[in-house]
Amino acid sequence: MNVLSYLRNPANWSGSGEIPTLLLQHLAYTASAVLLAAVVAVPAGILIGRSGRRSTLVTGLSTGVRAIPSLGLLFLAVMLLGTGTANIVVVLAVLAVPPILTAVAAGVSGADREAVGAARAMGMTDLQVLARVQWPLALPLVVSGLRSATVQVVATATVAAFASGGGLGRLLTDGQQQDDYPQMFAGAVLVAGLAVVADLALGGLGWCATRRARPRSTPAAAPAFAPA
Amino acid sequence: MSLDWSWLRGNAGEIGLLLGQHAVLAVLPVLAAVLIALPLGLAVLRAGRAGAVVLAVLGLVHSIPALALLVALPLLLGTRMLDPLNVAVALTVYSVAVLVRSVADGLRSVPESVRESASAAGFSPFRRLVRVEVPLAMPVLFAGLRVVTVSNIALVSVAALVGSGALGQLIERGYRSQFSTPLVVGLVLSVALALLADAVLLLLHRGTLPWTRARRA
Repeated sequence: MNVLSYLRNPANWSGSGEIPTLLLQHLAYTASAVLLAAVVAVPAGILIGRSGRRSTLVTGLSTGVRAIPSLGLLFLAVMLLGTGTANIVVVLAVLAVPPILTAVAAGVSGADREAVGAARAMGMTDLQVLARVQWPLALPLVVSGLRSATVQVVATATVAAFASGGGLGRLLTDGQQQDDYPQMFAGAVLVAGLAVVADLALGGLGWCATRRARPRSTPAAAPAFAPA
Repeated sequence: MSLDWSWLRGNAGEIGLLLGQHAVLAVLPVLAAVLIALPLGLAVLRAGRAGAVVLAVLGLVHSIPALALLVALPLLLGTRMLDPLNVAVALTVYSVAVLVRSVADGLRSVPESVRESASAAGFSPFRRLVRVEVPLAMPVLFAGLRVVTVSNIALVSVAALVGSGALGQLIERGYRSQFSTPLVVGLVLSVALALLADAVLLLLHRGTLPWTRARRA
C-alpha cells in the first residue's frame, strides 16, 4: 500500500477533482468564520480594553472556551439547528471569538500610557486617541489573535466534515468509510499544510504590524491557543 | 431537548469508566511533556539563535490540527489508528510545543541580579538552577501547564472520530444515533473535568509558591 497514492493521482487535483473543491470549501468556511468572529470580537475587545476591567473576565472566558471540546459543541449545534453551512460557520465563529477578543482587549489596554497621555495633551478626542494611537499600537497583538483564531478554525472546520460533509475533512470521512487510508492521509497532509501556511502567513503579517508599531523591538510572541 | 435520566442510570458504570479513561489520556501526556520540556526549554534558552528556530518549529507543530496528527501518527509509530497510544503521543507533542516555550520564558524572566546574588552566595550553577531559577520560573510554567491540561482534556474527544476518544465516544455515539443525552453528558463531563483540573493546578500553584500570592493580592 502506498500512502501517497491518493495525493499523487492527478485526477484528484484537476479542476473538478476532489482536492481543489474541498480546499476552496475549507478556505471559505475558515474565512467567513474568522471574519464573522472579528466583526463581533474587535468592537467588544476595544470596549473591554478601554474599560480597564479586562483581566479576570477575559482570562475566565478564554479558559472556559478552551475547556469546551469543539467536537461536542459542533455536534450539539448541528443536532439542534441542522447541518446547514450557515450553522457550521456560526459555531466555528463562536470558537474564534475568544482568541480575537482577548488579543484586542490586551492590545488596547496595554498601549503605551505615555503615548496615550501625549495624544490627549495634543488635544485628540477619545476616538482619535483610539484610531491613531491605541489601535496601531495594539495591531501586532490583534494580528496574533487573528492568527490563533484562524489556526483554530482550520482545525475545527476539519471536524465539521464529520457533521456536514464539507471541506478537507471530507477526505477523512470518505477515506474512513471506504477503508482507504491513502485518502485519509491525503486529508491529514492537506489540512496540516493549510494550517501551517495560514500560521506562517499571519505570522508574517504580524511581523509587519510589529515593525510599524515598534520599529526597534522584536515581534511579540503569539499566545498559545489550543488546536482542535 | 431533555435528558433521558434512565439512560444515565443504566450506563453510569460505563460513563464513569470513560471519565477515568479521559482523565488518564489527557493528564499522562502532560506529565511526559514536563519531563521532555524542562531540559529542552533549558537547551533552547542556552542555544541562542538555534533555540529561537526550535521555538518557531514547535509553534508550527502546535498549529497542526489534531485530527491530521491522529491520522498520520499510526504511520510513524506503526500503531493501529484505534490504539490509545496515538492519542497520548499526539497530546504529548502539543504539550511539549507549548511547555518548552513556558520553560524558556520562565527561566528568562529570572532577573540577572538574582542569578548573580545566588552565585555570590556560593550556589554552584546546577544548585542555582534547581534551587533559585526553576522555582522563580514556576509561575510562568504553571500558566503553561494550565493551558496545556485544559486543552488536552478538550482535545481527547476529537480522537473519537478516528480512534479512541474516551468521553468523545459518548458525544460521537449520541450524534450518530441522534440521541442527545449521551452527547450532552460527554460534553458536560469533559468541560467539568477541564475546569476541575484547572482549579487543582491553581490551588497547587498557590500552595507551592506562596510568594506569588502575596504579590497578586
